[in-house]
Amino acid sequence: MSVLIKTTRQKAAGIAVGILLVILFAGCSAVYGYTEVGWKTALDALTAFDGSKEHIIVLKNRVPRALIGAAVGMSLAIAGALLQGLTRNPLASPDIFGINAGAGFAIVLSAAFFSVSSIHQFAWVAFLGAACTTVIVYLLGGVGAGGLTPVKLTLAGASMWLLFASLTQGMLALNERALEEVMFWLAGSVEGRKLEVLTSLLPYLAAGWLGALMISGPLNVLLMGEDVAASLGQRILIVKIFAGVVVVLLAGGSVAIAGPVGFVGVVIPHVARSLVGMDHRWVIPYSALLGAILLLLADIGARYIIMPNEVPVGVMTALIGTPFFVYIARRGLNRL
Amino acid sequence: MNRYTPLRWKRVSLLVDKKAVAALGAFLLLVAGVAILSLGSGDMSIPPAEVVKALFGAGEGMHELVVRSFRLPRILLALLAGMALAASGAVLQGIIRNPLASPDLMGITGGASLAVVTFLTVFSDRANALTVSIQWLPLAAFLGAFLMGTIVYALAWKGGVTPLRLVLIGIGLTHAVQALTTIMILFGPIYLATQVHIWTTGSVNGANWNQVTTLLPWALLLIAWIWISARHLNIQELGDAIAGGVGSRVQRERLFLLAVSSALAGSAVAFVGGIGFVGLMAPHIGRRIVGSSYGALVPVSALIGGFLVLGADWIGRTAFSPMEVPAGVFTSAIGAPYFIYLLLRTRN
Repeated sequence: MSVLIKTTRQKAAGIAVGILLVILFAGCSAVYGYTEVGWKTALDALTAFDGSKEHIIVLKNRVPRALIGAAVGMSLAIAGALLQGLTRNPLASPDIFGINAGAGFAIVLSAAFFSVSSIHQFAWVAFLGAACTTVIVYLLGGVGAGGLTPVKLTLAGASMWLLFASLTQGMLALNERALEEVMFWLAGSVEGRKLEVLTSLLPYLAAGWLGALMISGPLNVLLMGEDVAASLGQRILIVKIFAGVVVVLLAGGSVAIAGPVGFVGVVIPHVARSLVGMDHRWVIPYSALLGAILLLLADIGARYIIMPNEVPVGVMTALIGTPFFVYIARRGLNRL
Repeated sequence: MNRYTPLRWKRVSLLVDKKAVAALGAFLLLVAGVAILSLGSGDMSIPPAEVVKALFGAGEGMHELVVRSFRLPRILLALLAGMALAASGAVLQGIIRNPLASPDLMGITGGASLAVVTFLTVFSDRANALTVSIQWLPLAAFLGAFLMGTIVYALAWKGGVTPLRLVLIGIGLTHAVQALTTIMILFGPIYLATQVHIWTTGSVNGANWNQVTTLLPWALLLIAWIWISARHLNIQELGDAIAGGVGSRVQRERLFLLAVSSALAGSAVAFVGGIGFVGLMAPHIGRRIVGSSYGALVPVSALIGGFLVLGADWIGRTAFSPMEVPAGVFTSAIGAPYFIYLLLRTRN
C-alpha cells in the first residue's frame, strides 16, 4: 500500500497539524451556527464572560458541544482502529459489530424500566451492554467451521445490530415517555449535553485512549499473524482481552455521552492507514485526531442542512460514511 | 415410497408432491389453531368453541362483536404480512442463491420504511390528517422497497453479484436509510414519532378491516404469481451458467423476481412495519420440511411466515398483559439467534 506520509519526522509534524486542525474546528464549532457570534465574541466569552446572550450560548452550548464532539469522535475512531487491527476486518467498527447498539439498548432498557438517570449509572450500564455484545459477537464469529473469519464476524455483528435495534424500538414503543427523552439521543447527537456529562466520563475515555496507545505496539506484532506473535513470545489472549476492554470503554463511553454515532469507526481508520501505513503506533493517534475532526465538521454541517432545525450528528456521519462503506464492501473483506 | 403422485385431468396433468401437500395441510391446521386461540384471548377471554361459533355468526352478540370487528382484522393482517414477508424472503434466497439473504438484511424493508415515513410526513397537514388516500401507502412502500433492492443490487454488481457483497452492502445501506428515516421523523409532525417507532418495530396493533382489504389482494396475487413462476426460480437456483444454458433469460428473470419480492415485502411493511427476520426464518424452515423445489416451498414457507407473525403477535399481546409487546420484538428475538445458527452451519 502506498503511504502518503513516510518519514517519522513528517508523521510527527502531521500530528502537530492535526492538533491545530482540531483546535481550529473546535473554534469554528463555537462560532458558527444559528446564532452567529464571531471569533472575538467567542474568545471574550471564555476570557471575559459578561452574561450576554451570545456569551451564554458560547459557554453553555457551543463549547461543551465542541469538546464532546471531539472526545466522542476520537474515542469511536480509536475503537474502530483497534477492532480493525484486532480482527483484520476492514469493516470492523463498534457500530457495524452492534457494540454501540448493545450499549444503546442497555441504556434504553435501564432508563425505561429501572429508572436509572444519573450519567454515572448510564456509563456503567453502557459499558455492560457494550461488553456483553463484544463478547457475544466475538464468540459467534469464532465458532463453526473455519474459525474466526472476517465474513462471519461481520454477519454476526450485523445480526446483533438488527436484534438490538429491534429490541430498542420495541422498548420505546412500550414506553412513550421514554421515547421523547431518548429519541434525539438515539440518533446520535452531541447537542444539548452539559459539560458535566463529559467531565464525569472523561476518566474512562482517557483510560481508553491511553490503553489504546499502550496496546498499539503489541497490536503490530499480532497483525503479523497469531503464529508469529506467539513465537515471538506474545501472550495473545492477554493482548486481545486488553484491547477488548479498551474498545468497550471507548464505545460504551461514547454511547453514554452521545448515543450511537455511526460510521466514524469504520471510515477513519482507513483514512489513517492510507496516511501513515500499518504501524498502529501511528495509526491510533492519527485516527484519534481525524475522528475528532470528522465529528466536529459533521456537527457543524448538521446545523446548516435544515436551518433553523438541526440534524443529529449521527445522521450526518451515517450519510457521509455510507458511500465509503460501500466502497470498502465492494473491494472485499480480505485486505485491511 | 414414491414421494410424487401424478394428477391427471383430461389434458392437464400435474406432479403432486405428497409430502408438500401433507406439510401444507399440517401448517394450515396449525395456523387455524393459533388463530382461534389468539382470537379468544385478550381482555375478554373467549373459549375456542365460542370463537368458532362467533366466526360463523352463531355466537353471542358480544362475542361476535369482539371476534369479528376487533380481533379478526388484526389476526388476518398478521397472517397476510407474515405470508408476504416469508414469500419475499424465499424468492430473494432463490435469486441470490444464498441462505442468508432476506428482505431485512438486504435493506429492502428499510427502504420501504423510509418510503412510508416520507409518505406520512409529506402528505400530512397541520392537523395530522392525511391529505391523500391511505390506499396509496402500499405503492409508496413498494417503490421504496424496489428502489432499495435495485440500488443494493446495482452497488453490489461488479461483473456479477456475489451474495456476500450483496449482504454487506445491504447492511451498509440499512444504516444510511435508518439515518434518513430519523431525519424524516424528527422533521415530521411530532405525533408521528411515536407512531413510527411502534410501526418500524413491526406491530399489528390497531389493525382495521380497511387495511386488511387493501393488503389482501396485493399479497395473495403476488404470492400466487410467485408460485406460478416457481419454475423460473428453480432454474435460477442452478446458477447463472446452467440457467442460461437451458434457455432462461437469467438477468431479466432475476430483476423481475426481485421486483415481485420487493413488492411483497413493501406491501407488508406498509401495514405492519418491519417485522424482522420472518423473511429469513420461514423459507429456511420450509426448506427443511419440503426441500428446495419452489412449487412446494413458496406456499409452505408463506404459511410458516404467517404462523410466526401470528404466534409472535399472540404472545406479545398476552404474555405481558396489559402491556403490548410489538410482534417484531419477538420475531427478532427468535430470528437473530436463528440467523447466527445458520451462520455457524454454512460451510464457507
